[in-house]
Amino acid sequence: MRTALVTRAIDAPALLREVAAKEHGATSLFLGTVRDVNDGRAVTGIEYAAYAAMATAELDRIATEAVKCFRTELLVVEHRIGEIALGDVSVAIAVSHAHRAPALDATRYVIEQLKRRVPIWKREHYSDGASEWIDPTRSAREADAATGETHVLTFDPRVSTAS
Amino acid sequence: MRARGPYYFTLMRVPVLLFASYADAFRAQQIEVTLADGATVRDLLARVRELATGRALPPSPLVALNQRYAALGEVIHSGDEVALIPPVAGG
Repeated sequence: MRTALVTRAIDAPALLREVAAKEHGATSLFLGTVRDVNDGRAVTGIEYAAYAAMATAELDRIATEAVKCFRTELLVVEHRIGEIALGDVSVAIAVSHAHRAPALDATRYVIEQLKRRVPIWKREHYSDGASEWIDPTRSAREADAATGETHVLTFDPRVSTAS
Repeated sequence: MRARGPYYFTLMRVPVLLFASYADAFRAQQIEVTLADGATVRDLLARVRELATGRALPPSPLVALNQRYAALGEVIHSGDEVALIPPVAGG
């Protein structure tokens, strides 16, 4: 198991080689890439910032949970920090396992938990020169404020992290 | 020995790390708040809100103590690493 924040390009084939094992019949790879449009605005570039010490620790906690739960040590996660161009890989998760279901499930677990818990933020740059920190909870909160209802509860890592 | 009781309490100056949108809102990477010995995360948030630009915070901002998410009732100790965590957006 290995996790890292990196400031260089992510080398996905190298991650696949890292988790390769003769006794494992399944390898799963997830790549997150920078989109050119978000919320209808043309995105020209993106910047990721992190609370590096805690992001590293939290990534490690998530990977450890996945290793325990899905019973494979061959799991690597890298998240890129800094300015990233459109189409570049921002996050990569590679997992291998004897069987496909735990390999796929572990990959899904890591990306979903990472998006909820790891203190990393992204600032999008737009074609009109503006830039903005992205708040994934904003659209849900605005929709609720408009209707006066609560459909989507904001995820709270303080009460829902696995032990 | 330190004097304890209703009329004696120690104050501590607690540095609070800020990131991303919160750092922009406070125009600082770090602020400092003064808390009484035994103060909790809830007390910390109340003090942060008293600052002029504290309106930039959502209703229930996340706080990390020593690089772990902390519950509102957790006690802050002198020397703890304290951070306000804006809504995360990794991936």
